[in-house]
Amino acid sequence: MKRLINLQPPRISAVMLALLPFVFAFFAYVSFSNERLVANPNDKLLPAMSSFGAAIERMALVPSKRSGELLWWVDTASSLRRLGTAVAISAAIGLVVGIALGALPLVSAGMSPFVASLSMIPPMAVLPILFIVFGLGELSKVVLIVFGIAPVIARDIQGRVREIPRELIVKAQTLGASTWLVILRVVLPLALPRLIDAVRLSLGSAWLFLIAAEAIAATDGLGYRIFLVRRYLAMDVILPYVLWITVLAFAMDRLLRFVGRKAFPWHNAGASV
Amino acid sequence: MMRSIARFTRRSALLGLLCGLVALAVSSPVAAAEAKQKFKIAWTIYVGWVPWDYGETSGIIKKWADKYGIEIEVVQLNDYVESINQYTAGAFDGCVMTNMDALTIPAAGGVDSTALIVGSFSNGNDGIVLKGKSDLAAIKGQSVNLVELSVSHYLLARALESIGSSEKDITVVNTSDADIVSAAASDDVTALVTWNPQLAEIAKMPDAHIVYDSAKTPGEIIDLMVVNTEMLAANPAFGKAMAGAWYEIMSIMTKNDEAGLAARTNLAKVSGTDLAGYDSQLKTTRLFSSAADAVAFTQSADVQKTMKSVAKFSFEHGLLGEGAGSEDFIGIGYPGGAVTGDKGNVKFRFDDTYMKMAAEQKL
Repeated sequence: MKRLINLQPPRISAVMLALLPFVFAFFAYVSFSNERLVANPNDKLLPAMSSFGAAIERMALVPSKRSGELLWWVDTASSLRRLGTAVAISAAIGLVVGIALGALPLVSAGMSPFVASLSMIPPMAVLPILFIVFGLGELSKVVLIVFGIAPVIARDIQGRVREIPRELIVKAQTLGASTWLVILRVVLPLALPRLIDAVRLSLGSAWLFLIAAEAIAATDGLGYRIFLVRRYLAMDVILPYVLWITVLAFAMDRLLRFVGRKAFPWHNAGASV
Repeated sequence: MMRSIARFTRRSALLGLLCGLVALAVSSPVAAAEAKQKFKIAWTIYVGWVPWDYGETSGIIKKWADKYGIEIEVVQLNDYVESINQYTAGAFDGCVMTNMDALTIPAAGGVDSTALIVGSFSNGNDGIVLKGKSDLAAIKGQSVNLVELSVSHYLLARALESIGSSEKDITVVNTSDADIVSAAASDDVTALVTWNPQLAEIAKMPDAHIVYDSAKTPGEIIDLMVVNTEMLAANPAFGKAMAGAWYEIMSIMTKNDEAGLAARTNLAKVSGTDLAGYDSQLKTTRLFSSAADAVAFTQSADVQKTMKSVAKFSFEHGLLGEGAGSEDFIGIGYPGGAVTGDKGNVKFRFDDTYMKMAAEQKL
């Protein structure tokens, strides 16, 4: 049937189509940048591509004059450590709480509205409280991210567990499974693949909270550097950092998808999100 | 295959056309040096800058703009650094900022800028706070929370210099000025540098001591109204209207009569405090309420000495940009034609022309 929803691009065109917006953005940037640089060769707002090259070399390959460290990699390591810790903790909390809420009506009756309310609190609004309770060090940064994404993951898992066909649970019980065994052998295998998806979707928020936490009080990190050099409008450093964050986030997303496919082949066999 | 190549070629032709169109359609917003009618200035909340808001709400700025046949739009921004970045990008004709930020953001970014009005300097408005210690020397070995690369950082460098120490002896933790008060409440924060009104808030906390403040280095943190130099040269009417309005605002708000108290109460409200709070901030600010004082200060040799020290600090922290080979990379001009730094690359100027006109009642 010749309808728009049925039209598939040919293979080569599909690649071209995917590249087109990137190419367009690149050329638009270069042309705006040139225009500003002609008017003011020292313009910092839209630096030339060569300035990016110099900035990346300076940040990633030359030890800093003040500390002797390669700032780019130090920042990346700190940010990934914070993000990784927080996402792992959030996933664990999300999984346990989500399954408990989804599978046990007694827990759900008591806790579901509370977790739902908790997930609605904007984490940035409680920052002063986090500072006073958890201090200004690494802990408060990790807590901010966990506070932001764990309730969302928990609610997602809860929903997924509730979607498990009742027949499966009944069947397991007729085979003699206890509550614990049903959770372990029926609920968990169905919830784990969903956990990967939930974590993938919450990565965007996790980065947002990470950058926010680092902007407020830090001595290193990708968000710290961006907000520090913003102080003197060093877009030649900021834009490569933004690009780098995008690359890291994209790689993490793909990695999680890969892990999900390898570890849980029974889930969504073949479909991609 | 051929068809998809043909399609690709057509598409790239289309793409080129689109790029060209966009480039044509969007003209650069870089401030052009031509006479114009409408001007936009930006301000952010600080004791020495809120009077601009009073000028706007009381109609004084409009009155002076009308006198010279122009329009001046006064815009309040919430974020200080963002306001300077916007000015540097060309979105505003003028913006309030300190001498150090004027040197490191617009001037280092190649935007030739002029300090049109030298409004005040910090005389205790910026300070270093230690918890549980009352001697500056105790700062050695501590983590110090402050807005990195700001005037706080500069004040800290000057304070460390005064006790024969340097930044090597401490660890700087970049902390947002919006969150520094709640950060100060946390137990693991023991030393910090900030400005008012946050400084006053933190000093009230038990066992907090202000061990050093800007009154010990008076005249080094200067609050300015900075405008684009080329734009000013093409539009002297703008400079006259601004100076005229500013000193009329000053003459009203510094008096203790009914109108002055009402004006300061308004300013206090805008700053989120009360009359007593605002007056106490004014006490730690050397406000040049008379144009003659501002001119005398701008002409003094102290300003040159300060700017040399600020340029040195900025260069050492990489704030003058990567192209800068020394602290003299950017030239700074002063009244009477004196220049410090590179004479061929003057990007920041102290200009007393319009303040002088105000002092001589020629506006």
